[in-house]
Amino acid sequence: MVSCLFCGPKLAACGIVISIWGVIMLAMLGIFFTTHSAVLIEDVPFKEEDMHNDQESLHAIYGLYNQVGYNCFIAAGIYVLVAALSFCQIKLNHRKEYMVR
Amino acid sequence: MDSFFRSEEMCLVQLFFQTESAHNCINELGHLGLVQFKDLNPGTVAFQRRFVKEVKKCEEMERILRFLENEVVKSNIPIPADFTSETIPFPRDVLDLESSFDKLEQELKEINSNRDTLRQNFTQLMEINHLLQMTDDFFEEAESQLSISELPSEDSVYSSRVTSRRTSYTSTNGPLKLGFVAGVIKHERFPAFEKILWRLFHGNFVLRHAEIKPHEEENMAEDPVKKDVFVVFVQGDQIRGKIRKLCDGFHASMYPCPNNAYARKEMRTNANTRIEDLRLVLKRTEEFRATVLTAAAANLQEWTTKVKKMKAIYYTLNLCNIDITQKLIVAEIWCPVSDLNSVHTALIHGSEQSGSSLSPVVNRIQTQQTPPTFNRVNSFTSGFQSIIDAYGVGNYQEINPAPYTMVTFPFLFAVMFGDCGHGLVMTLLALWLILHQEHFRKLKNELIDMLVDGRYIIFLMGLFSIYTGLIYNDCFSKSFNVFGSSWSVRPMFHPHGPWTNDTLHDSGHLHLDPLVSGVYSGNPYPFGVDPIWNIASNKLSFLNSYKMKMSVIMGVAHMLFGVTLSLVNYIFFRNLKDVALQFIPEVIFMLSLFGYLIFLILYKWCVVMKSESAPSILLLFINMILFDYSSEGTVLYRTQRPVQIFLVVVAVLMVPWLLFAKPLLLYRKHKLSKLVSMADIFVYQGIHTIEYCLGCISNTASYLRLWALSLAHAELSEVLWKMVLQVALRVTSGMGSVLLAVTFAAFAVLTVTILLVMEGLSAFLHALRLHWVEFQNKFYKGSGYKFTPLSFDRMRDMQ
Repeated sequence: MVSCLFCGPKLAACGIVISIWGVIMLAMLGIFFTTHSAVLIEDVPFKEEDMHNDQESLHAIYGLYNQVGYNCFIAAGIYVLVAALSFCQIKLNHRKEYMVR
Repeated sequence: MDSFFRSEEMCLVQLFFQTESAHNCINELGHLGLVQFKDLNPGTVAFQRRFVKEVKKCEEMERILRFLENEVVKSNIPIPADFTSETIPFPRDVLDLESSFDKLEQELKEINSNRDTLRQNFTQLMEINHLLQMTDDFFEEAESQLSISELPSEDSVYSSRVTSRRTSYTSTNGPLKLGFVAGVIKHERFPAFEKILWRLFHGNFVLRHAEIKPHEEENMAEDPVKKDVFVVFVQGDQIRGKIRKLCDGFHASMYPCPNNAYARKEMRTNANTRIEDLRLVLKRTEEFRATVLTAAAANLQEWTTKVKKMKAIYYTLNLCNIDITQKLIVAEIWCPVSDLNSVHTALIHGSEQSGSSLSPVVNRIQTQQTPPTFNRVNSFTSGFQSIIDAYGVGNYQEINPAPYTMVTFPFLFAVMFGDCGHGLVMTLLALWLILHQEHFRKLKNELIDMLVDGRYIIFLMGLFSIYTGLIYNDCFSKSFNVFGSSWSVRPMFHPHGPWTNDTLHDSGHLHLDPLVSGVYSGNPYPFGVDPIWNIASNKLSFLNSYKMKMSVIMGVAHMLFGVTLSLVNYIFFRNLKDVALQFIPEVIFMLSLFGYLIFLILYKWCVVMKSESAPSILLLFINMILFDYSSEGTVLYRTQRPVQIFLVVVAVLMVPWLLFAKPLLLYRKHKLSKLVSMADIFVYQGIHTIEYCLGCISNTASYLRLWALSLAHAELSEVLWKMVLQVALRVTSGMGSVLLAVTFAAFAVLTVTILLVMEGLSAFLHALRLHWVEFQNKFYKGSGYKFTPLSFDRMRDMQ
């Protein structure tokens, strides 16, 4: 079986820490975006024209909010994968340590 | 129990014990770790002391142990940990240990030298082997070439393993009589060697060389050095002699090489057999060495601790006095009063172990000397105590600032750090340090050791930062809207308020007017800063004013607390004179000026007034000092003018009270005696007064760093969000999420390095400075010396 170990213990530990932080923070950001929080207004890429379109402006802005929110959720999903990968690396590193002894 | 409020009460105790039981008793006291031995022979130099020979013996044993440890580590043998830490080293054990150490050292040195000689022999034989192998071809070639032409050939043949074998020998009879020198030289030196040969003999020689390629099994040598085999063919014996000298100069090893092929083959078989023998011998030597080292490694830890303990005990015995009859040892120790019983029990235990009939005598004596300062700490409080002691160890039984520092230090840090997201990360990091403390200590890195020692400090700093982050309503530079903002934009529009659609199109900035009904609900946001400030463009005008005033309030409160602690010190030391002469004028001075400033700030916050006509507190304060009441509309309340005049006059009167009262009283008391110099007293009091009064102003301004650092932190956090994460959030096309994932990693790394590490260190340093200088110079003298007991646990931790 080919050894899938490609990073040492420290890199794997960093990976899992950043992944857990990323999952939690991006998931919360996603929730706040999909609930249209006003504080995050500057992170939403609306343009001048959206403001002038009286009928649809509110829904357009909400639509943009939702888009950014979904982006955040997908990024959180990516970090779940990275977390799983780092966890595997940590397990492989532990096993390698025991085997050499 | 006030053992942490101030340092413990210490007593000076005389111990008398018998010489035979000395080792056991001191051993017991060392395990107890509560006793500091006083040096009873302060005038003697190190080599004049009684037990200097024994100490030297211990040091020699330590050297041997270090040598052993080096050898063990070099051979990659693991050292097992030692669990028998309670063994008591007897004096007779010392002799045994000493002799066994000497024997071990001799044995190991012998093994090492033997092994080196064997290795040298082995290398030589291998070189001869290679030489013989390669010169076969050279001989054939050179003979034939020289017989053809006299021209010297310049091109050296490299790696001539495959040359055609000439089976026919050209006859060597004739005018050409070839002599040669064969040898092995280091690869780097060969070009220089060749050049010098050319310069000397102008080409009247034939030089052949080839590089030795090492086989895989020849890893007996430690570092394989690249070597070349060479053969120089020359005419004449004199030239040969010169070449030999040249070889010596280049440290090339020459080997006798026979002329004919048969002799060469015989020599080669010889060399091969010897090589096989040597291989076997070397293997056996290595195995033997490994056995010896493993046996030594098993006891290495135990021996090291024993030798360390012996050395400590002899060092302590050097501090004691030996009686004339050589039977009694007298020692003087400092020990906490509350631990006298345990010291006594330990001594009885020790003397029982040594089998002596008399138990040691413990005799407490009175003394005028200042005892050392001992603060009993546990693993939580030791971090805070050490940062206080870093500035100055407290005087004996002076008030210890550490218990208050445990709260005020993380709090002042948190005021400057103020972000609940960063605080959460810091708390989790500290939690990880606390839970995996052993693992981190094993790494033996200085920086990590410092972090681990301060793990509880970091934990508290993180917790308090979460709290202040919630108050500032700042989490990674965004605010939480938990309770609903008290401001509302809709009432600003028609028909309620002045705005229309045109106002929106025309202006870039819009101003919410709280006087329009409904814009401000009248109930302030229940906890923390209203989240609407986060998206307001004039957020800094509000926050700056708020944070500056808050810093001044906290600063004056902290300093007043410090002055009050000096009152506690005066009362404890029964110094009631100083209460009237120093404490009261100091407090009145500070309260009348800076207490009044705090009152003005709080009053202005609580009272409703129109913001255009509200007087500036700074101008009010300056005019108060200058007695300038000429400008209009500068009153906050009706009786402001007489109150302020009264306060300033009182404050000014405190200055001569501080300056002259104490020296005049001392002068009256010591009028007749010449012991006290009046000039000194006046100067000292003058310095103290100026330092205090000017210090009040400068220290209060110094607390403004609480505002400055929290502003810097908030701005850095906002810049990091806007420049890093927002760039990725605003991308809504297909790859937006992947870009977001990558950018988030960069955001996380930058947050940790810039905001947590750099800002954290900066806020830590400034909070520490505020404690050391602004807080402690109101009451702390800090000129004591620390209690350093004889403790084997501490010695083991330090190694």
